[in-house]
Amino acid sequence: MESILKVENITKTFSGVTALNKVNLKLSGGKVTALIGENGAGKSTLLKIMSGIYTDYEGVITFKDQPTRFAAPKDAQDSGISIIHQELNLIPNLTVAQNIFLGREVINELGFLDESNMNQKTKALLNRLKLEVEPDEMVSSLKVGQQQIVEIAKALLTESEVLFMDEPTSAIGESEVKVLFKIIHQLKAEGKSIVYISHKLDELFVLADEFVVLRDGQVVGQGEMNQISRDKLIGMMAGREINMTGKSERKISDERILQVQNLNLKNPQNPQRPILQNINFELRKGEVLGIYGLMGAGRTELCESLFGLRGRLSTGTITLEGRKIYFHSPGQAIESGMALVPEDRKKNGIVPDMSVAENISLTVMDKVTKLGLLSEKLQSKLYDKYVSSLRIKVSSKNQFIRNLSGGNQQKVILAKWLERDPKVLMLDEPTRGIDINAKNEIYELITRLASTGISVIMVSSEIPEVLAISDRILVMCEGRITAEFSSEEATENKIMNAGIPENLNE
Amino acid sequence: MISLKKYSNLARFQSLIALFVMCLVLTLTADNFMTADNFWNVLRQISVNVCISVGMTLVILTAGIDLSVGSVLALCGAITAGLLKHGISIPSANLFIGFTVFGVVVAGVLCGGALGFVNGYTISKFNVPSFVATLAMLTMARGFTMLSTGGHPITGLGDTLGFLGTGWFLGIPMPVWISGIIVFVAVVVTTKTAFGRYIYAIGGNENAARLSGIPVTKIKRWVYVLAGMLAAIGGVLVTARLDSAQPNAGISYELDAIAAVVIGGTSLSGGKGSIVGTVLGAMIIGVLNNGLVLLDVSPFWQQVVKGLVILIAVIIDKANSKSE
Repeated sequence: MESILKVENITKTFSGVTALNKVNLKLSGGKVTALIGENGAGKSTLLKIMSGIYTDYEGVITFKDQPTRFAAPKDAQDSGISIIHQELNLIPNLTVAQNIFLGREVINELGFLDESNMNQKTKALLNRLKLEVEPDEMVSSLKVGQQQIVEIAKALLTESEVLFMDEPTSAIGESEVKVLFKIIHQLKAEGKSIVYISHKLDELFVLADEFVVLRDGQVVGQGEMNQISRDKLIGMMAGREINMTGKSERKISDERILQVQNLNLKNPQNPQRPILQNINFELRKGEVLGIYGLMGAGRTELCESLFGLRGRLSTGTITLEGRKIYFHSPGQAIESGMALVPEDRKKNGIVPDMSVAENISLTVMDKVTKLGLLSEKLQSKLYDKYVSSLRIKVSSKNQFIRNLSGGNQQKVILAKWLERDPKVLMLDEPTRGIDINAKNEIYELITRLASTGISVIMVSSEIPEVLAISDRILVMCEGRITAEFSSEEATENKIMNAGIPENLNE
Repeated sequence: MISLKKYSNLARFQSLIALFVMCLVLTLTADNFMTADNFWNVLRQISVNVCISVGMTLVILTAGIDLSVGSVLALCGAITAGLLKHGISIPSANLFIGFTVFGVVVAGVLCGGALGFVNGYTISKFNVPSFVATLAMLTMARGFTMLSTGGHPITGLGDTLGFLGTGWFLGIPMPVWISGIIVFVAVVVTTKTAFGRYIYAIGGNENAARLSGIPVTKIKRWVYVLAGMLAAIGGVLVTARLDSAQPNAGISYELDAIAAVVIGGTSLSGGKGSIVGTVLGAMIIGVLNNGLVLLDVSPFWQQVVKGLVILIAVIIDKANSKSE
């Protein structure tokens, strides 16, 4: 098979640290190649080299039989290589058409923008991708999944022959994933070459023809997807076999710690469709309650309501340890023993320019001050305690948290809550963007915490994860709880069925 | 790695190095730069800007800005002077309240705090961008200053108040004492207290701060209150030095304060920076002003040079944070 893009002996170092070491890669038209590896394995570096973002590297890139060296991302795009980044790069307050034509606007004879021409072409592209959206709709009014398809439309406009997709399903729901997969199949049939990066191996087995596994900047395996097993792939990525540790046998006491009755959350934008409707559940001491739901099911909003972030929009009765409570602010919720590890670490979790030690002490300033003055010694003590007990990989207590890997950042955030000794620990997508090894560590940690008597609410959109560590599982869909399973009776199919809205259920 | 570490250490002291180099050059080129008189002179001249800049640093660390400090300075200066000279008299109740110097200073500073509170309240309650809210206050406070003074200076305030502006204590000018104490307290507050840590956390990531249970709204309000109070102290110092409250005092002082903060390496996007940096920034501006006068450079060129220094400082800062 002729290759469209060939990468030979690519080496890239960052101030002495080798990120890629003599990587070789061949991409052919009409194929989907899975690029697999743990965080930090070099996937994004490779992506950035092939798409012209990094320009200083050793090695040769051959594109359509021509040795090429892109000087800028625009070069790569113009020659037919596009990236769809994990974090979408659309401008929310421009229309779909304006976004698609950004940087390559069509100009009429008078030198003005030819809106109707651009709208027409956009319409054609959107039809091709079967996205039912008008070209003059604002991108901000689209769902994340739809925005992703707009990104793809943008790539198709430049007649890209190679498309890189970096974790395209990390932010979209299952039904949107299906649409995306259909489009990928269609693009493949049109002869495009697609490189698909994802942590979700199940997706890759459905989608990919070939795989390339990166580890520590080197290619450690490549071949045909249908000739490899899931376990072998995981083994290659981690360099060792992983056994997914299930939950240990724990006795959960009957003591009821939290009870939520009739919780509703109004939607200020659309009063007809409340965000949460009639939520009822209870949580026992030392229990891990898994809450599964697709994007938009109201999972995050449920956590936020319980944490005092939704103010008067939320109504209902919350009883904590037999006491009826109502939180106006996170401060009150925290005082009462609640803790929330938010979904979006970067946006809501870490203070990036503060050190690891400072981030840990943020929730417990009274414990690191003496007579109102900060004590370095107390802060260091706190830091030492959690670095060893949670095995946080960090070079010094003064290291900025932003320089840590996702998994270690998550541990720091956990540390700042554990020091408050919470009664109820809410974890919103605790392993998002975290590599497999670190995920397992987080799972073990959650189980360990539960066995010390902390009650855990874990919200997740990954069914295997929910199944692996929950004692009990709630499924949410469109703002309601649609099912409850004990860990024995729960299966992937049952959960999925309860989580998909009726009208989408095929 | 070692060279990299050295470099970042160097970067931390860049303003100090710049200040040192400037002093060295001026010592060699201007005869009367390196004299005790001139030393105290420079420190006295920058003391008002230091007071304002300390408040500005707190505000900017929370990712806000306070444009109203110049007007607040003028209004509080006028209130201080007016109360000292005329007191409060309510003829209908046959009431007259006189003030001591201490009393008027406290009253002036409290007025500054109140104006700052209005800033903080509008910003945190109605989500008005700090730029807009304090721009409005800039205009309003200036208007009130004009109203309260009738557009004329209030003069003849006596020696006791004058001492604060022109007096010496233990061989150090009073304004330098006052600004020095403010700097010391501010350094302790920002580096050693929970309140200071929260200011950095809010500027670094407001969402994360809120979710950690930090009372974001309250702290932001306090920061604007402090900025107002510090501007008022600046107003007292200006009034005391001139022995008069000028209705157009403090015009464009907010820009000098922002310049000091920025030269001192504090990021306008919040969360990064220090009081010490700001003081160095204010000193750089002060030495620059002083040196250019001593070298007999035309005032027009002085402005051009000042602008260039701000630009260069920020460019160097950006380059440093990139290499980090």
